[in-house]
Amino acid sequence: MKIAVCLKRVPDTTAKVVIADDGVSIDPTGVKFVPNPYDEYAIEEAIARKTAAGEGETVVVSLGTDAAQETIRSALAMGIDRGVLLQIAEHPDPAAAAALLADELATGGYDLILMGKMAVDDSQHQVGPQVAERLGMACITAVAHLKIDGGTVTAEREIEGAVEVVRCGLPAVITCDKGLNTPRLPALKGIMAAKKKPLDIKPVTAGESAFEVLSLTLPPDRPPGRIVGEGPDAVPELVRLLRTEAKAI
Amino acid sequence: MSPMLCVLEQRDGTLRKVSHEIVAAGRKVADAMSTTVDALVFGHDDVEGLDALGACGADRVLVATHDTFRLYSPEGQTATIAGLAANYSTVLFAATATGKDLAPRVAARLETSCATEVTDITVAEGRVVVTRPVYAGRAIQQLRMMASTAVLSIRPNTFPVTDAGRPGTLESIPVPEFTANVEVVEVKAPAEAALDVGEAAIVVSGGRGLKEPENFSLIEDLADAFGQAAVGASRAVVDAGWRDHSAQVGQTGKTVSPGLYVAVGISGAIQHLAGMRTAKVIVAINRDKDAPIFKVADYGIVGDLFEVVPRLTAEVRKLRAEG
Ligand SMILES: Cc1cc2nc3c(=O)[nH]c(=O)nc-3n(C[C@H](O)[C@H](O)[C@H](O)COP(=O)(O)OP(=O)(O)OC[C@H]3O[C@@H](n4cnc5c(N)ncnc54)[C@H](O)[C@@H]3O)c2cc1C
Ligand SMILES: Nc1ncnc2c1ncn2[C@@H]1O[C@H](COP(=O)(O)O)[C@@H](O)[C@H]1O
Repeated sequence: MKIAVCLKRVPDTTAKVVIADDGVSIDPTGVKFVPNPYDEYAIEEAIARKTAAGEGETVVVSLGTDAAQETIRSALAMGIDRGVLLQIAEHPDPAAAAALLADELATGGYDLILMGKMAVDDSQHQVGPQVAERLGMACITAVAHLKIDGGTVTAEREIEGAVEVVRCGLPAVITCDKGLNTPRLPALKGIMAAKKKPLDIKPVTAGESAFEVLSLTLPPDRPPGRIVGEGPDAVPELVRLLRTEAKAI
Repeated sequence: MSPMLCVLEQRDGTLRKVSHEIVAAGRKVADAMSTTVDALVFGHDDVEGLDALGACGADRVLVATHDTFRLYSPEGQTATIAGLAANYSTVLFAATATGKDLAPRVAARLETSCATEVTDITVAEGRVVVTRPVYAGRAIQQLRMMASTAVLSIRPNTFPVTDAGRPGTLESIPVPEFTANVEVVEVKAPAEAALDVGEAAIVVSGGRGLKEPENFSLIEDLADAFGQAAVGASRAVVDAGWRDHSAQVGQTGKTVSPGLYVAVGISGAIQHLAGMRTAKVIVAINRDKDAPIFKVADYGIVGDLFEVVPRLTAEVRKLRAEG
């Protein structure tokens, strides 16, 4: 089985967000960048499936700046066989990203394309299904449980208050949710080996963006709250405030 | 300006609450653009409550009926919407599991990007401008949608439903031919139909302060006292196996914007706040007066949750009994 993983380099989710002078992006100074956490489930799933099958190839594809080479190396250190960097100066909009990824993936003859359900920077939840549509492949999103039996994929995904069981054939695009597996940490041996694994760099350019970012701002601070009181005796006052002031109950 | 298309969700023949919010959001934009609102419903049989959609703001209700629409049919619904989309200025979905699967498929057919988890929509110079949280809620982005048809998914509990008093005529529409490569075979509902944290108007969440998984009965009782409330959890207790992942609120769980969020025995780590800081009213109960949750809480009680919560449950019950 030939498996591709799409991996995005994103700011660490605990990093403090500082808006850059352009007013539409974040200031990357001092920000640590990491593999998108949901893509780590995809990486783990790819490696585990190849290991279990005892054959096949795993490839990680990342669209990003030169800095994404480091992110690709971390996937190689976990055990992915080789990497492709689609090199671009700036992240394009999701449709353009999907088009570039799909162009690369179309030539690979992949049985399975694994992605994260979302990238934690711009939280778009859409590159997976967009790639699948472009490739004319089946797609199941936000998968927390995955079984592949011969050519049949059976996946479970959480829908509000219930679980949806979804089936499709291969090839397919699957986007991964938390709960699918526990991503491994790269072992020292893997880190050494990763340095020697192939990493292709292919410069690409994106078409016109489907939207224009007008502004990026920090969320408004919540108005300062108050401590109603201490212990159970404060409860009647809390309930009164919730009813009369906040009108929440 | 071309009309708005609102793609609704139903389960087992009943419209989901968020469906009314999609129509209300569509109405808001339609009024700004002086255009009309069509609501699209998929079903295999009768869907209840279609008459009420006029009141939410729909001028027409379009019903697409097909055997496979008993459950979600990604390809069938994509094909149906894609066939209509060019006639509309905006196609609105809910940012639910289904909407987040369907909207990007439709956007791909239109060769455009969609905007996910939209929290506000305005119109400027004839174009749709959306507001949406990014970086796990640590920043807010405004996007001007450039395509001739804007594809958006709105965050549940964000657009208020008001009475728009429209007639809401009903029409059935054809479903185009499609190949179903992806098939939803089953929806496994839990034994007790639980309200989802992402959709509930009130969320009561518990954290490690509860000490033992059994003590979550305190949280369940409080949620029950409020009525129409969902039970949420911090990641610490989800990872410990006390609660299902579907209940997790936060950066790696769900983002919730209920009218009322009650955090019990939750410290308020940044990743938890990422999931609930847009709640309208936040209440925190924690015995540590310096817990970070109090920085975002509108109302806090410093105290032992094992004493405070039962009292709160009793007081809320009393209040609701009085009406
Ligand atoms: C990448 C990443 C992603 C994460 N994603 C999430 C996420 O999505 N959601 C999430 O919640 N967390 C997330 N976390 C974890 C987060 O950092 C915290 O560890 C977690 O939220 C803590 O859970 P807690 O508040 O229940 O536990 P604790 O931090 O242990 O807090 C327990 C609180 O209970 C109080 N308490 C104890 N006993 C009592 C009592 N008797 N009465 C009253 N109060 C009492 C304590 O004072 C304390 O404040 C993430 C972390 C990382 C690194
Ligand atoms: N620049 C990128 N390079 C590689 N994969 C990407 C990129 N952007 C998005 N993806 C993939 O698409 C998934 C969903 O991203 P998004 O739609 O942006 O939330 C991610 O988890 C990745 O697997």
